[in-house]
Amino acid sequence: MINWSVILSIAKTHLLSRFKQTVVAALGVTFGIGSYITLVCFMTGLNRMLDSLILNQTPHIHVFNEVEPSKKQPITYDKALVSGFNIIHSIKPKQNQLRITNALPLMQYLNKNPDILSVVPQVKTQVFYKSGATEISGLIIGIDPLKESRFSNLDDYILNGSSQSLLNSSNGILLGSGIAKKMVLQVGDRIQLITPGNELLSLKIVGLFQTGIAEIDDSRSYTKISKVQQILMQPKNYITDLNINLKDIQQASRIAQEIATQHHLNAVDINTANAQFETGTTIRNLITYAVSITLLIVAGFGIYNILNMLIYEKMNDIAILKATGFSGIDVQYIFMSQALIIGIVGGILGLLLGLGLTLLIDQTPFNTEALPTITTYPINNNPVFYLIGILFALFSTFLAGLLPSIKAKNIDPVSIIRGQ
Amino acid sequence: MKYVLEAKNINKYFKKPKPFQVLKDISFGIKKGEFTSIMGKSGCGKSTLLYILSTMDTDYKGALYFNDTLITGQDKKFLSRFRNEHIGFVFQFHYLLAEFSVLENVMLPAKKLAQFSKDEIEVKAIEKLKMLGIEKLALKKASQISGGEKQRVAIARALINEPSIIMGDEPTGNLDSHNALNVFDIFKKLSLKEGLSLLIVTHDHDFAKKTDRIIEMSDGCIRNS
Ligand SMILES: Nc1ncnc2c1ncn2[C@@H]1O[C@H](COP(=O)(O)OP(=O)(O)OP(=O)(O)O)[C@@H](O)[C@H]1O
Ligand SMILES: [Mg+2]
Repeated sequence: MINWSVILSIAKTHLLSRFKQTVVAALGVTFGIGSYITLVCFMTGLNRMLDSLILNQTPHIHVFNEVEPSKKQPITYDKALVSGFNIIHSIKPKQNQLRITNALPLMQYLNKNPDILSVVPQVKTQVFYKSGATEISGLIIGIDPLKESRFSNLDDYILNGSSQSLLNSSNGILLGSGIAKKMVLQVGDRIQLITPGNELLSLKIVGLFQTGIAEIDDSRSYTKISKVQQILMQPKNYITDLNINLKDIQQASRIAQEIATQHHLNAVDINTANAQFETGTTIRNLITYAVSITLLIVAGFGIYNILNMLIYEKMNDIAILKATGFSGIDVQYIFMSQALIIGIVGGILGLLLGLGLTLLIDQTPFNTEALPTITTYPINNNPVFYLIGILFALFSTFLAGLLPSIKAKNIDPVSIIRGQ
Repeated sequence: MKYVLEAKNINKYFKKPKPFQVLKDISFGIKKGEFTSIMGKSGCGKSTLLYILSTMDTDYKGALYFNDTLITGQDKKFLSRFRNEHIGFVFQFHYLLAEFSVLENVMLPAKKLAQFSKDEIEVKAIEKLKMLGIEKLALKKASQISGGEKQRVAIARALINEPSIIMGDEPTGNLDSHNALNVFDIFKKLSLKEGLSLLIVTHDHDFAKKTDRIIEMSDGCIRNS
């Protein structure tokens, strides 16, 4: 039977009578947990920002047609030759269209799928941007401005105006900021394009966008889908890409595969498209945790030392307690509860410290060319981190207290009393 | 007559620094209400014997009985509970928890036993302090009182759980003759009125002469009984 009120009152007296040491030990935990919270909130905030920088450009599933050689070459259709070993030299890709066949019925069909949140059509084509004698090659994407602004992050990156302004002008174009800079163009100016059909076309700049990724900003522009269809001299059902967003991103690879096999299209899911990105995130997380754990281990050693010292000072007390009827377990719990009290107090203060620091960072201005929508340093104040923080504080103080308290438990009172 | 405490053929060896037998075949019994003193030259093994009888030292040969129950070989948890309930121990040197008040020191073993509420324990503790004439010190820190006062606090603590036997290792060693007499009277009264058994190591002949029985020890053996 364990009498907690007695054990805790003894632990409390021990801690209070060594107030300075207790404070030092608790501060060790506080700094460990505080810096863990700050670090992990800041790092994951940064991660999320960097991820979204790329991932926001990527739909959950991107459906398109790719130029590729036929998987079934004509020779395989000849039954007489099937059993043989056929070698075909110099295979060339089949002349096939970039358009998605039956795109409009396909969109309707996909929209009925309960897993799918949105299907946004696009028409892409290569163009040259022309200004005076210079020509810059690039990509113009025909979009449905209403759908884009509802289902993609395009609007976040538009510097002046919005994708809606495309609706209001029949010749409007949203230009990448990199191109605008190179060609010294501003909103309201006109830009000339050379179409794949080698025609010259003049469009009015209704807005500029900046994603922060130079590759995109230096080459891409958006206009209405009908405009691109017109440039390519194609009908209304000419669609080259479908961007699909899902309700649950985890389903992306499964649904992408379904679409690819059912409709004979290329369907790339977000995870495949950004595989290398995951690695970066994982490594950054790894560093965050390695640093935090190191901090906590250092704090843990602090507690271990202080408890060890305390136990040496308290040899007499331990002997008396044991002589008057406290069991080894009671004595162990007295010292364990001291460690845990240090852990709880230090840990809670650490959480508050972390909260304060992250709020401070969250207020700190952070302006960068590359990220027009971000004005302060990113912080991801996830409650899970706070839970992990306090659990870690308890766990590390528990470990730090374990060895010294076991030592206290095993102290032989007779040898102490005799040693007096 | 039944014994409260009975030792049968207790032998104890120290292996370090060199093998050496401290206690040689010690057998004796203490009856209920009996006030016994142990005398003997310094170094003859009195304290060693007392540690064994108080169940704190378990490293010995022989058998120890309390009210005919075998104590030898019981596990540590049982022994600490047993000490808490049945044995009051007063050390050769005063042993108190320095950071606790006098009152808390006296109350701790009773709080551990948890037979009475905190308030009841406090009343009992103050009663014991009064009996020893130190109730004024109740709220002082144990580190702030004199050696003789500490010894009386330790006696009060030994009495708090109303044990069946008190063992004392020179409990009056630090007291002036007036207070030593007072402690003797308290012990005598408890043994007469409440049937408390006492086993007290002392170098004080006057003290020993007034007890019911003197156990004379030399070189780890009992000379007479
Ligand atoms: N841990 C130990 N290791 C080895 N020898 C010990 C140890 N403890 C005590 N001794 C020896 O055992 C003998 C008995 O010691 P003990 O403390 O019982 O004597 P004592 O009769 O209480 O003496 P005093 O009257 O001075 O208190 C002594 O000779 C002492 O040197
Ligand atoms: Mg002695």
